[in-house]
Amino acid sequence: MVLVIAEHQKGKFKKATFETITYGAKTAELLNTTCTALVLGQAEGIDNLGTYGASKVMQVNSDHLTSFDSQVYAATIANAAKELGAKVVVINHSTTGKSLLGRLAVRLEAGSVSGVNSLPSLDEGFKVNKNVFSGKAVATFEIKSDVKVLSLMGNSIPPEEMGAAVGVEALNVEVPTPKVKVLEVKTVDGIVPLPEAELVVSAGRGMKDPGNWGIIDELAGVLGATTACSRPVADAGWRPHHEHVGQTGVAILPNLYIAAGISGAIQHLAGVNRSKVIVVINKDPEAPFFKAADYGVVGDLFEVVPKLTEAIKAFKAS
Amino acid sequence: MKLLVCVSKTPDTTAKIAFTNGNTEFDSAGVQYIMNPYDEWYALVRALELKEAAGGTVTIINVGTSDNDTVIRKGLAIGADEAVRIDADPKSAYFVAKQIAAYAIDKSFDIVFTGKETIDFNGSEVGSMIAEALDLPFISYATNLEMDGSSAKISRDIEGGTEVAQIDGAFVLSASKGLAEQRIPNMKGIMMAKRKPLNVIPPVDVAEHAVVVNYELPPAKQSVKLIDPDNMTELVRLLHEEAKVI
Ligand SMILES: Cc1cc2nc3c(=O)[nH]c(=O)nc-3n(C[C@H](O)[C@H](O)[C@H](O)COP(=O)(O)OP(=O)(O)OC[C@H]3O[C@@H](n4cnc5c(N)ncnc54)[C@H](O)[C@@H]3O)c2cc1C
Repeated sequence: MVLVIAEHQKGKFKKATFETITYGAKTAELLNTTCTALVLGQAEGIDNLGTYGASKVMQVNSDHLTSFDSQVYAATIANAAKELGAKVVVINHSTTGKSLLGRLAVRLEAGSVSGVNSLPSLDEGFKVNKNVFSGKAVATFEIKSDVKVLSLMGNSIPPEEMGAAVGVEALNVEVPTPKVKVLEVKTVDGIVPLPEAELVVSAGRGMKDPGNWGIIDELAGVLGATTACSRPVADAGWRPHHEHVGQTGVAILPNLYIAAGISGAIQHLAGVNRSKVIVVINKDPEAPFFKAADYGVVGDLFEVVPKLTEAIKAFKAS
Repeated sequence: MKLLVCVSKTPDTTAKIAFTNGNTEFDSAGVQYIMNPYDEWYALVRALELKEAAGGTVTIINVGTSDNDTVIRKGLAIGADEAVRIDADPKSAYFVAKQIAAYAIDKSFDIVFTGKETIDFNGSEVGSMIAEALDLPFISYATNLEMDGSSAKISRDIEGGTEVAQIDGAFVLSASKGLAEQRIPNMKGIMMAKRKPLNVIPPVDVAEHAVVVNYELPPAKQSVKLIDPDNMTELVRLLHEEAKVI
C-alpha cells in the first residue's frame, strides 16, 4: 500500500497536497496496490481527497496534533505506516515535509529520496529521479529497502481528478506528547508562496532603487504571479529575504519565470533554471541570462515592464 | 553550552557540473570545494555567537576523507574550538546522519546545528535524521534563535510565512538565511586553527538503503527567441499560444 500524507496548513489543503495524492495513486497503480491518504488533525475538505486518486482516506485526531512538532508527527505517521502495512510513504517536499522525511527514514529504517520529480521506474529495482546540484543535474536513486519514503517536489506532476470522493475513516494510533511549543504562526494570506507558485515575476539590481518596485508588483498583480528577487537585492534589504531565489535562496520551478534587471549569474540560475518557460528583460544583450531564456527582450525594463503589463491587461480583457 | 555543528564539503557554486564513470560519479577534476554555505554562514556563526554570549564549546563534525581537512580547518579558523572527522566516504544522507548520531549520542550536546540543505544534493534530510536517531525535537529552516537559559525561542520559515516555537532542553536545528551573518576568518583565527584538535574517528556500520545509480545533465536550452521591446503584445501571444503558460 502507498500511504500519502495529506498536508494541510491552517486546516486547508493546497494544490501541492493534491499533486502528492495523484503521485501516490499513480505509484500505487505501478505497484499494483492501493493508495491511502492520511490526514493528521482537523482540516476542511477531507471528503474530496479521494477525487485525486486515494481509494481510502484516514484521519488521526489528537490534541497533540493541533500544532506542528516533527517528532510527534513523524512518530504518528510511522505508527500509521506500520499499522497499515505501507510500503511507500509519500509527503510534500514542503518545509513541513522536509522536517519529517529524514525522521521517517530513520524510524521506518527506510530508504528515502527528497524532492523527487517523477514517478518511480520499476524496470530494475525501484528508481526515482530528483534534481541535484541546485537544478544543474538530475540524479537517479535506487531505493533498496522494503519500505520507501519520498517527498514530492511541487509542480512536478499536475493533480488529476482520477478517483471519486470517499468517506473518512478514523485511525487510532499512538500520538506522543509534543516537546515543541508553537507560540505563533504568521502567514501572508492571499499570496501563493514561491515554492508553489506557477507564475513568478522577479527583479534584480537593475531596478536601481527599492522605490521602483511598483512596476514589478503591478505586472505580478495582473498576472496573478508571486514576486521574487535576486540575492543582492534581498541582502541590501530592498526586498524581504523570503523572495530571494537561487542557489542560496529558494529553488523554484514555476511554469513561467519573468526576470527583469537580473544578470543571470550561475548562482541565480541554479535556483530558477528548472522553470518551464523563462522570459528575460535586460538592457544588456550580453547578459548571461539570455543563454538560459526561452524569450528575451533587450531593452530598458522601466519601459518594457509597463508595456508588458498593459499587453497582459489587454489579453485578459479580450 | 555544548554545541555541535555539522559541516559538509560541497563544490563551489561556480563549479562545472560533470560526471564520469558512465555517469555514475561526480567529476571532481578541476573542481574547487567549499564549506556548504548554510553550514558556514548561518549554523556555525550562530553557534559561535551563542558560545560567546553564554560560554561553552563549539565542536564541528564532518563525515569524509582527509580531503575534507581544508574545509574543516576553515571552520576552526572561523572560531570553532575543536573538530571531529568521521573517516568515511559520505555515501548518503542516511549514512552521514547515522555516523553523526553515533558520535553525539552519549555527549549531551545542548544544540546540534546543520545547514538547511547542502548545495550539491539539496536533500535537507540530515538534520531531521540526526534528530530522530537522537530522539530530540527538530526545527528546520531556522531563521532566528534566541536562548533564555536552557529555553530556546526559534523562528522557522514555513510556506508563505514564519512560525515561532519554544523548546526547553536539547534539540536539533537546520539553519537558514537570517540566523546569522557570514564571518570571514582573520589571520589570527587561521593561525590558531592549526593548533586546534581535529580528531579523526572510524565510522560505524550503516545499511545503505538509497544510492545514486545515474546522473544526467538537463538537455541544452534552445536558443532564446528575441522579442521587439515595442511589441509586448507579441510576447503575450507567444506565452499564450506557443508556450501555453498564460
Ligand atoms: C556563494 C554564492 C551564492 C550566491 N547565491 C545566489 C542566489 O541564491 N541567488 C542570486 O540571485 N544570487 C546569488 N549569488 C550572487 C550572484 O553571483 C550575483 O551576484 C547576483 O545574482 C546578481 O544579482 P543581479 O542579477 O540582481 O545583479 P547584477 O548582476 O548587478 O545584474 C543587474 C542586471 O540588470 C541589468 N539592468 C540594469 N539596468 C537595467 C534597466 N534599466 N533595464 C534592464 N536591465 C537593466 C544589467 O544589465 C544587469 O544584467 C551568489 C553568489 C555567491 C558567491
